[in-house]
Amino acid sequence: MDWEVIFRPESLAMYGEGIVTTLWLLSSSLVVGGVLALLFALALTGPWKWLQRIVGAYTFVIRGTPLLIQVYLIYYGLGQLEWIQARWDVVWPWTHFKDPAFCALLAFSLNTAGYTAEMLAGAIRETNAGEIESAQAFGMSRVSVMRRIVLPSAMRRTLPAYSNEVVMMLHSTSLASAVPGLLDVTAAASRIYSDFYLPFEAYLAAAAIYLCATFCLIGIFKLTERHFLAHLAPRRH
Amino acid sequence: MSEYYWSILNGALLTVAVSLAALAVSIVLGLLGAVAKLSGNKPLVVLATVYTTIIRGIPELVLMLLVFYGGSIGINHLLDISGSGVTLNIEPFSAGVLTLGFIYGAYMTETFRGAILSIPRGQFEAAAAFGMGPLQSFVRITLPQLVRYALPGFTNNWLVLIKATALISLIGLQEMTYLAKQASAATRSPFAFFLFTAGLFLLYTWASLHVLQRLNSRYSLGAKRGDL
Repeated sequence: MDWEVIFRPESLAMYGEGIVTTLWLLSSSLVVGGVLALLFALALTGPWKWLQRIVGAYTFVIRGTPLLIQVYLIYYGLGQLEWIQARWDVVWPWTHFKDPAFCALLAFSLNTAGYTAEMLAGAIRETNAGEIESAQAFGMSRVSVMRRIVLPSAMRRTLPAYSNEVVMMLHSTSLASAVPGLLDVTAAASRIYSDFYLPFEAYLAAAAIYLCATFCLIGIFKLTERHFLAHLAPRRH
Repeated sequence: MSEYYWSILNGALLTVAVSLAALAVSIVLGLLGAVAKLSGNKPLVVLATVYTTIIRGIPELVLMLLVFYGGSIGINHLLDISGSGVTLNIEPFSAGVLTLGFIYGAYMTETFRGAILSIPRGQFEAAAAFGMGPLQSFVRITLPQLVRYALPGFTNNWLVLIKATALISLIGLQEMTYLAKQASAATRSPFAFFLFTAGLFLLYTWASLHVLQRLNSRYSLGAKRGDL
């Protein structure tokens, strides 16, 4: 074991850069994926059957295929299509498809959106019928019932399952190392491994970083749950 | 062109093999872990808790790289110290099976532990009253019901495991993801090959979901369900 190499300033800087990239990928994909998930969940529980079918098919495909394939499809696959090739030099949104960070982010966001949408839709369907009836008795419209009654409670009830999804997503960002040109924690470890031929030390350090990040996330979610789910906690005497 | 599709289909067999082998490892580890956690023996409980906590906190890919690259160096180092001249090489298949089995063993531990806890205690007491030993009561009373209670969680773990086998392509196992990547590099038409592979994975997850649902209804025969 040779830990000095890991604690050299250059190596630490590499891991630092990796941590920044990993956290950036995690937070941006959670934000983008979260917004998409909300829209998808509304579509899944909405009145339009055709929209339900489309979004249902989407979540089925996303949840039934490996994330690595999804990353490859977006990063390597889309570049093959002539329709995109004709546009990615000039027309705005398509210019991003040459950027590995954008491709990874897009794949991660679409992936987490699929999983989160199903969780949120489940919570929306499980909403207590009495709450909805009394909201209707107050004369609230469909939209206000959703906005004032169903969504706030459904989002709270999704929290425990969502914390699992966030931890899974943190671990999934390690797939960014499969895309050339992105230096996340795993890619940093791989680079240190190949520079010094110290696989144990390099990957153990990465594992320790992920472990710390996982525990931090779990702690944050415990606190959030204590705040937002206080009304569901067992009674304290 | 079409020979590439055939080679990916061939790789699908390897995907099935690697996932089933990893599943077997994870079931054994999961049963051991669940029994250890419920044994009440302090060191065993601590050991099993450390195992499940640490494994579930680290990405699969990092563990796989650690086992594949670190493992062979570590083993050869140990062999060196022990003075034997043998050198061992870990190949991607066993590294992948062991890592995935080890990781999903941690998830299975939690699933099996919850399932064992769902079996009413009175049944173990009744088994003891009939004169069954611990092993006999485990085989005759615990196992058949464990299957029923564990199936929903088991199904989830299995689907995640199937998808995780794609990661083994990153340490060089020539399963379908690896072959699709090679084919797309050779023909410069990645979209079609990756879509084909995604379809095969979808077929695999869909088929296993179907089988496990039938198994679930088979094992829930006679289970009382409250009518709401």
